[in-house]
Amino acid sequence: MINNLKILIHQGKQYIPDVTSVEIPGVFRGRPVISNDKVDEKALEEICPTKAISINPVAIDLGKCTFCGECAFAFPNKIKFNKEYKTATNSLELLVIKEGVDNPVELNPDLIRKEISDYFSGSLKLRQVCAGGDGSCELELGASGNVNFDMGRFGIEFVPSPRHADGVVITGPITKNMAASLQICYDAMPEPKIIILAGTDAISGGIFIDSNAIDRSFLETHQVDLYVPGNPIHPLTFINGVLDLIRKRNK
Amino acid sequence: MKSISIKNNQQISFDSIPVLEYDQFLDYNTSLLHIEDNHCVNYYGIPQQGNVQLICCIANDKNGLINISSAVVTLPAILESFSQYHFAFEKFEREIHENFGIHFINHPWLKPVRYPVNQSDKNNTISNYPFFKIESEELHEVGVGPIHAGIIEPGHFRFICNGEQILHLEIQLGYQHRGIENLFLQKKKLIELHTLAENISGDAVVGHTTAFVNLWETLCNQETGADLHFARTLALEIERVAIHTGDLSGMCTDVGYQLGSAVFGRLRTPVINFFQQWCGNRMAKSLIRAGKTNFPFTADLGVTLINVLDKFEPDFDDMCNETFGSPTVMGRFEKTGLVSNEIGKSIGLVGMAARMTNLNRDIRTSHSYNLYETLAHQPILKHHGDVYSRAQIRREEVKQSLAYIRQLIASIPSENLSRKSLPQPSANVFALSLVEGWRGEICHCAVTNDTGDLLHYKIKDPSFHNWLALALAVRNNEISDFPISNKSFDLSYSGHDL
Ligand code: SF4
Repeated sequence: MINNLKILIHQGKQYIPDVTSVEIPGVFRGRPVISNDKVDEKALEEICPTKAISINPVAIDLGKCTFCGECAFAFPNKIKFNKEYKTATNSLELLVIKEGVDNPVELNPDLIRKEISDYFSGSLKLRQVCAGGDGSCELELGASGNVNFDMGRFGIEFVPSPRHADGVVITGPITKNMAASLQICYDAMPEPKIIILAGTDAISGGIFIDSNAIDRSFLETHQVDLYVPGNPIHPLTFINGVLDLIRKRNK
Repeated sequence: MKSISIKNNQQISFDSIPVLEYDQFLDYNTSLLHIEDNHCVNYYGIPQQGNVQLICCIANDKNGLINISSAVVTLPAILESFSQYHFAFEKFEREIHENFGIHFINHPWLKPVRYPVNQSDKNNTISNYPFFKIESEELHEVGVGPIHAGIIEPGHFRFICNGEQILHLEIQLGYQHRGIENLFLQKKKLIELHTLAENISGDAVVGHTTAFVNLWETLCNQETGADLHFARTLALEIERVAIHTGDLSGMCTDVGYQLGSAVFGRLRTPVINFFQQWCGNRMAKSLIRAGKTNFPFTADLGVTLINVLDKFEPDFDDMCNETFGSPTVMGRFEKTGLVSNEIGKSIGLVGMAARMTNLNRDIRTSHSYNLYETLAHQPILKHHGDVYSRAQIRREEVKQSLAYIRQLIASIPSENLSRKSLPQPSANVFALSLVEGWRGEICHCAVTNDTGDLLHYKIKDPSFHNWLALALAVRNNEISDFPISNKSFDLSYSGHDL
């Protein structure tokens, strides 16, 4: 017991006091900033493993980007990644970062459904469904609730049963073999319910989009409330995105 | 000559692999496995206009060689099974059956493995898996998954229980199948292949990516630079520390030991944050590249890492002493989820799961690569094969890896500034790459065509061997002990399903 207490006290305070403003140490590829520099755009487009870069004008789609950094290494004056981890948003268009534009990525408050702020602003229970995710986004979603990031302090939690959930967080490109189970899980959740796509694979299919082993028809028939970019997502990106989703609606 | 013997990361012409009559192929490979030093690291088929060339790779852990042999069979085929002579071939033959429709006589169960898109029987669907059934008034079945209670990957577990006691567990996988091996052939850019390798299993990014880049440089006949060897070895050991520590947290969670769960959990954080400081990604995606690096390891990074370790180690030791000294934890760990040495050998266990049954199997020693020869690695072995052994292995391997990391950092090679760019892979060659990831041996095999493009790519995650061990380990356990047994193996779904 005494030893337990010693260890407990020795841990000190591990939680990050303010997860909305803390700075990430070291290197982090958050939001790309694309300058108006003239470069060989074809060559730039060619570098990208997941066709996240479009040209004329140059833009990067955070829903497709794996944040590998190759473009920034090859064209350092054209593309720089800053350390902003608040890159989640609720519209696919807002995920596209354009040349010469250096604005933070935010949610469009008008797109946030009224039920979300009415019911979930103080408490949100989520069910996670991995549908072909490689396990890394899942680790980071788990980490979002650990003693460091502690998103439970905002009433945001993962629950085991879809019956207790207010929404689903999908990871992975959605495999054919998981498509039916994902639908069953979603149907089992009571209304109103939200859908969050976490990670590049979930948002765009990522490197797997050309595989015939995936089936993304679920997304054609359901409205997505939040896109969280990353490969894997960073816990801070997820927590801030969800906080904005439940708090940011125009009254 | 019945086989050609190669080393880990050695390129040979594809035509130099002997093609045997199937009977001879069967005799040769199954008799190899009667020698304890041998184990099967890969066995698979390559489609060739209506035929299938079966490639069998048996590694000898003593002499460091891998014996490659092959047989060509015409479809449709009915063949005597390897598995009737040695059980370790069981999963490999199921995969060949599933992909090509080859029927194996006297195989114990030719059940589907992962319902891949290219399966030969297009009528098979994941919802009609043929589970074993027992007709009995006393027994009942419990089905769990594919979606589990926690934030983990999907898979289905079907238990047959007598009250609380598990008589039988059958594990059905395939939900995670993304067709990754096909994508390796579809995608032509090297950066795409790296991205695929990084996404095979998100908790073993360094392991799989290292297997890929070592293999790729072998195909290209390019020597790996000293700084790249260094970075890969270092990253592999950091990954081992991070995941083992996280798993100790998970194991504490599963026995309701809150302090261990929280402390091991937070101890993992600075370790993966170090990856972030090194390469910008907590799982080390983007760190490992064939023939180059975007993130040279600097002396400053060395200092940062030493600081991380200096803070980590005493806290880790304290928490281990407390955990392993706690009767409530030990009561749940000891004699739970047993796998005997006999069973381990017969099903061909690899990695940590093999070493906990006193099976000396560790690629770092037997088929060393990158800098492992200089580290003179000695595998840590345990004897009991229970959850406790798997916890102890993690504890001791973390300590061992910490020592290796310190040893490595003592002489950081300078960045190679005159790196040659990678040539094209050689034409018509075969190469194999083995890496001891934190779970166990990862095996990637590649064949190139006339123009040096990939003709075939085969990935084997250690989980492919080890899932069966979990199914056997929980027999006669209470069903409430399943979560802790499962976590103690911590196998990969995506690495298995590919
Ligand atoms: S960082 Fe993103 S946009 Fe740039 S090359 Fe990598 S995936 Fe493409």
